[in-house]
Amino acid sequence: MSTETSRDDFIIAIRSAFLKKGNRQKFSLFTLLIISILVLSLEYFKTGPVNQFRSITKDIIFRGSYVVSSPFKYVKNKYYLFQDHMSMYEEFSVLRDKDLDLDSLRKEVDFYKSENALLKNLIEERDLFSKEYMLTKILLDKQSPYLKSLIINKGQKNGVKLGSAVKDRLYYIGKVVNVNFLSSRVLLANDLNSKIPIIIEPSGINAILSGNGNDDYAELEYLPTDNDIKENEIVYTSGSDGTIPASIPVGKIIIQDNKKYVKFYSNLNQLNYVQVNK
Amino acid sequence: MARGNIKFYQFLLNGFPIILLFFFALTGYSLSFQIFKFNISFNLIHLIVFYWVLRKPEMLGYGLIFFAGIINDVVQNLPIGISSINYLLLCVIASFFRTRTLVPNLIYDWVLFFIAILIVSSIHFTVLAIFFDRSISYGALMSTAFFSFLIYPAVAKLFNQIYLLGLKQKNVE
Repeated sequence: MSTETSRDDFIIAIRSAFLKKGNRQKFSLFTLLIISILVLSLEYFKTGPVNQFRSITKDIIFRGSYVVSSPFKYVKNKYYLFQDHMSMYEEFSVLRDKDLDLDSLRKEVDFYKSENALLKNLIEERDLFSKEYMLTKILLDKQSPYLKSLIINKGQKNGVKLGSAVKDRLYYIGKVVNVNFLSSRVLLANDLNSKIPIIIEPSGINAILSGNGNDDYAELEYLPTDNDIKENEIVYTSGSDGTIPASIPVGKIIIQDNKKYVKFYSNLNQLNYVQVNK
Repeated sequence: MARGNIKFYQFLLNGFPIILLFFFALTGYSLSFQIFKFNISFNLIHLIVFYWVLRKPEMLGYGLIFFAGIINDVVQNLPIGISSINYLLLCVIASFFRTRTLVPNLIYDWVLFFIAILIVSSIHFTVLAIFFDRSISYGALMSTAFFSFLIYPAVAKLFNQIYLLGLKQKNVE
């Protein structure tokens, strides 16, 4: 008898949880759950009006999110500005002591560039990628240990393409993984799901740069076991995936406990404007 | 205090869970940080939804929770609808416990919260893995659930104080 009563109570509680609207509730949980499942099933439709609707919804939400998070972004920018200001004298002293003969370095680079172009002509190599980049503003930066991405203010309307490389000044920082009508999402190189083919120079070793959620450095995968990579060697994109142009500098090699990591040239936390490959 | 200010203050207190829910959904803020290469993060939306649906359901509408889920999915780059399902399932569990509980008890709520987030997070990761081909990160699943569980009593106390402030304001009027 008591078992039956408790079972009835249990069923009443379940029914009440799912179907009862309660005080000031306009929808029952059951109705909303069904709607959520229907919305989720629409994720399978990647073309047509569903995709356009999704793209517009995302654009609206990103703009709303930009407005809500702008005071926090302002505070963050001021904090980094203050930090930069405090380290200015130290940086100035380092630069003053360095013997930077920029003019001769520039001439040397120009010479190598023309030599490279000549050699490419000789082997009839064609450039698959555009050398043009468009400047975009960052609307949102989502930085948690499990997701490192940026939302930029240019999308399909401005010619942003899926998979395009994204740079901060000269350095590679990530690629476009989602394009909406007026905005796009960039997956940063330190995201857990980011894998980029790279080449380490001057040793010329190919590997995969894999994000580990850390802000400063990423890991290297598929390195040959008997490699002779030294600290401070430079890591460039290799372009072997066919979507990211080759020879964009990413970072330099650091060695910790006999394991090799890549320290990014860019500070991925302090980005305000980035360049997207057209 | 001027009448307009009182009204605004009361609006803030009454709308506190909604404002907080949409703030976290829109900014994607998760209070996450790293200590000695160890990721610590909290799912603050789970805390808000569970506490308010369990204790003061009249202050947080299910429809708003659904919309917060949709916004969260867009901001977090998740398949749209998955967070809504999670939050609504959390509401189902909280609502079920509410009908079964006679005397509210923080320790009891604390343990129930842990069970609830384990169920919801497991469903979340399983759906992502089966239907959307995303890998299950067991570390993320367990650490977020565990740290959210740890801070529940403090957050519940804070929410309760804010609710009492709102009540006090109503009584003054």
